[in-house]
Amino acid sequence: MYDVLIIGCGVVGAAAAYELSKYNLSVCVCERYNDVANGCTKANTAILHAGFDCPVGSLEARLNLRGIELAEEICQKLDVERVSMPTFIIAYDNPHELEYIQELYERGRANGVKGLRIVDREEALRLEPGLNPDIKAALYAPGSAIVNPWEYCIAMAETAVKNGAQVKLDSEVVSLEKKDGYFRVSTSSGVCEARFVVNAAGGWSAQVYEMVGGTGLTQTNFAGQYYILDKNQGEKIHSIVFPCPDEHGFKGICVTPTVHGNLLVGPDCYEAADGDHVGTDPATLESLKEAGLRSVPGIDFSQIIHEYAGVRPNTQIPDFVIGQAPECPGFINLAGIKSPGLSSAPAIAEELKKILEGCGLVFEKKEQFTDSRSRIVFRRLSDREKKEAIRANPLYGRIICRCETVTEGEIVEAIHRPIVPRTIDGVKRRCNAGMGRCQGGFCGPRVHEILARELGVDPQEILMDEQGTFILTSPIKEEAAYENGI
Amino acid sequence: MKELICIVCPRGCHLKVDEEREFAVTGNACARGQEYGRMELQNPVRVLTSIVEIKGAQGRCCPVKTDKPIPKKEIFRAMEALRGLTLQAPVMTGDVVYRDICGTGASWRATKDMS
Amino acid sequence: MRTEYDVVVVGGGPAGLAAACSAKEAGAKEVLVIERDKEAGGILNQCIHNGFGLHYFKEELTGPEYAGRFIKKAVELGVTILLDTMVLSVEGHKVTACNAQDGLLVFTGGAVVLAMGCRERTRGAVAIPGDRPAGILTAGTAQRYINMEGWMVGRRVVILGSGDIGLIMARRMTLEGAKVLACIELMPYCNGLNRNIVQCLEDYGIPLYLSHTITNVEGLHRVERITAAKVGPDRKPILGTELYFDCDTLLLSVGLIPENELTKEAGIPLDAVTKGAVVYENMETGRDGVFSCGNVVHVHDLVDFVTAESERAGAAAAAYAKGKSSQEGGKTIYIQGEDPVTYTVPQAIRMGHVTGQVEISFRVNRSFKDSEIQVRDKEKLLCRFSRSHMAPGEMEHITIPKVLLDRAVGEEIKVKAVEKEAKA
Repeated sequence: MYDVLIIGCGVVGAAAAYELSKYNLSVCVCERYNDVANGCTKANTAILHAGFDCPVGSLEARLNLRGIELAEEICQKLDVERVSMPTFIIAYDNPHELEYIQELYERGRANGVKGLRIVDREEALRLEPGLNPDIKAALYAPGSAIVNPWEYCIAMAETAVKNGAQVKLDSEVVSLEKKDGYFRVSTSSGVCEARFVVNAAGGWSAQVYEMVGGTGLTQTNFAGQYYILDKNQGEKIHSIVFPCPDEHGFKGICVTPTVHGNLLVGPDCYEAADGDHVGTDPATLESLKEAGLRSVPGIDFSQIIHEYAGVRPNTQIPDFVIGQAPECPGFINLAGIKSPGLSSAPAIAEELKKILEGCGLVFEKKEQFTDSRSRIVFRRLSDREKKEAIRANPLYGRIICRCETVTEGEIVEAIHRPIVPRTIDGVKRRCNAGMGRCQGGFCGPRVHEILARELGVDPQEILMDEQGTFILTSPIKEEAAYENGI
Repeated sequence: MKELICIVCPRGCHLKVDEEREFAVTGNACARGQEYGRMELQNPVRVLTSIVEIKGAQGRCCPVKTDKPIPKKEIFRAMEALRGLTLQAPVMTGDVVYRDICGTGASWRATKDMS
Repeated sequence: MRTEYDVVVVGGGPAGLAAACSAKEAGAKEVLVIERDKEAGGILNQCIHNGFGLHYFKEELTGPEYAGRFIKKAVELGVTILLDTMVLSVEGHKVTACNAQDGLLVFTGGAVVLAMGCRERTRGAVAIPGDRPAGILTAGTAQRYINMEGWMVGRRVVILGSGDIGLIMARRMTLEGAKVLACIELMPYCNGLNRNIVQCLEDYGIPLYLSHTITNVEGLHRVERITAAKVGPDRKPILGTELYFDCDTLLLSVGLIPENELTKEAGIPLDAVTKGAVVYENMETGRDGVFSCGNVVHVHDLVDFVTAESERAGAAAAAYAKGKSSQEGGKTIYIQGEDPVTYTVPQAIRMGHVTGQVEISFRVNRSFKDSEIQVRDKEKLLCRFSRSHMAPGEMEHITIPKVLLDRAVGEEIKVKAVEKEAKA
């Protein structure tokens, strides 16, 4: 019997587990995928927002501001890439846009965002020379940051595990039953029991809520597509740039550097059929280029290395949906966590703690809590540190991913962490191998081999990403290789 | 008259072969092209390459080729001959891996030193 | 371990090996090749098909055989080959590398040769729309899995792009039991060699769809279906021309890009068209004593020409290291490719370095039958070369004698091709 069972190990579930693992509680996280950070957390804009555009008085506004404050500390303690970077909302010479940034400015002030200013064209261009020189003014918000979203989630989840929490992968919750004051949770990997259940199921929160008889929550997921450009474009700007929203109120295509030094352009916004799989289409991608170039004219779109689509787990309710379900005591929703969910995650976890306390769960600090984490990132080391790292472990001398300079040492270390990545993309998210311009063309087969070796499994069992994404179809010259049955 | 693209070298000459005049070849830039044109219409042949599993070497697969071009119609049977074969290192370039493929007189030979 | 060499070569593929051998033969005493893989030979090790060496060895070899000959030669000549070692940076003549045994290594070369080869363009670079399932690989990655690791990567295959590796893999996968359904090419011509269309596609009845592109990839976890469509002259898909392929694998053969990150970081000027270093007649880059050769300079179709080019670079690097190359004098002539010639290598000729003749390589942007390559100095025709056939997929070479170059008055010469009879 767990004290708390969390459904979903995206950034919200991970932050919740991390927070609860500080106390003498038994905590379990059930994740439907074969790795953590595999839903919305892996495909978003990777921004810790300053918090100026949330509606005044909303949960979003409060949790966003608290969240980015906590994020700064967590990223430092848990060795997560995070870079402070201002946001510009740029306005061209038309009354609608100029009014809009003024309104945002006022909203931001009311939300308690510090350092907000309206800057004129000259100042904006001085602060960020990469901006379109045709702008008239901009809202300048210094409090934002970019972050490695999956590392952020992985770091919190790993730390939770180090402190006694359990993370069960490949464990999709299929039904929930409450009797005698506790929950029986059936998952694809078995049954668990828990006193409290936390719904952090991202794009499937409404479905999970329905399992306990919840009503009134409808998932209305919105997808968006993105471009990632090579590192030679990452230096084009040093800020997060948004245009003013269009007539539909959509935030607009963002241009931002990533913590890995690439440039990200996106997303657009359209309703997605489900919270799971979304593809890219040529017309949308073309419109991203146009919008990106309008904000930052210097982008060279011949340097695209990757496109992807992500889903925002919206519900029909405009704000986050956080609280104990009225239909089912002990069931706590952390639902509808769309943007600024990444920014708010650790504050949502604090909120969860308050709710659980309100439900009568006793929080007693652990005597020993490991609140640190570090890893060797070879490319960040000085020459002396590189020498030392290789001396201590020769595997740090063997470069596997040449685009991102990732060593075998880093990959092996990642495979043996508390939450074991068993896939090529799992390794990619942890070490960056395959993230670069050749997109794993060169290192993919090598990472494959290392994974099979370290996990002691047949190479055919190694997947690219989630279940079903097999890479090898058979050994060569075996019967199974023959489509025509020669 | 039949038109062909010569495959004996990367130049890819556009050949014309006259079936009615004893397969006379025109458009070729060299003698090998003439030979190719003549053969291609009567008995087309190809050099085949593949790999064979190898044990005890640094790599897992030993590349092999047929030491002579073999008739096109024998290609899949020649491939079949390699199924189930496992080599033991060391193997040197030129070593015979499989002799007399389907009665063609050609052999599969290693194309790499593997130890 | 020795840290100072006459010539340090970055990359132990065909270019690096040929440069190292020729540097040795030209008198360099200590030559080092740094190779990241566990064996020398580069991409040739996975190119198990035959067709290499007809120009250089006058016989038809497989990739491993071609590489094997150069590895043997390098060893016999006393070239030092450092395997499983990655070069991290090149600053001037200082080369920093690392490996598991020796840790961080710093070498200095009297001359440095950059021979890092190229990489494949990926799905991201060509923006293929649709789902993102497993089963989408570059042809080279598939080639590695199949030929080096012994694994099949698919049973029903569609190939996008008609580069040589794609055509070779169409045959290779067919021979190993897969069904290759189609090879799809955006351009109205095939990017690979004619011989490969015949012996890799036609031999096995694999259709080649020119002027087509992929408009959708479907598959939840693994590729399930590919949609292709014909494209108009603007290369945009034409509605109503869709073709559907039920398949589990998509191989990409959509071009190669010289791997010039080290070159860029070293501050060496690059050519916007070739994406490789700008080089002089002896393959010296904009940085004194740093040479570059092979696919890292411009992507070749045939390894034989990589070898020839790299031998020039290696010999010049040896001469530079011995201090023989510093004599300047004579003017520099810049070579300009003019439509349909898209680029030339070298991009400039230092006349003081030229002894007998200069070899120029280039590509054209469309197919020609009977045509003439013209080299002009302003409006004056310096020399011309006739060609019965030219195509974008086939690199062209001309050799200009010094006596003709001496006639150039200005500092720029132009290379262009004139069609006697244009083909679509």
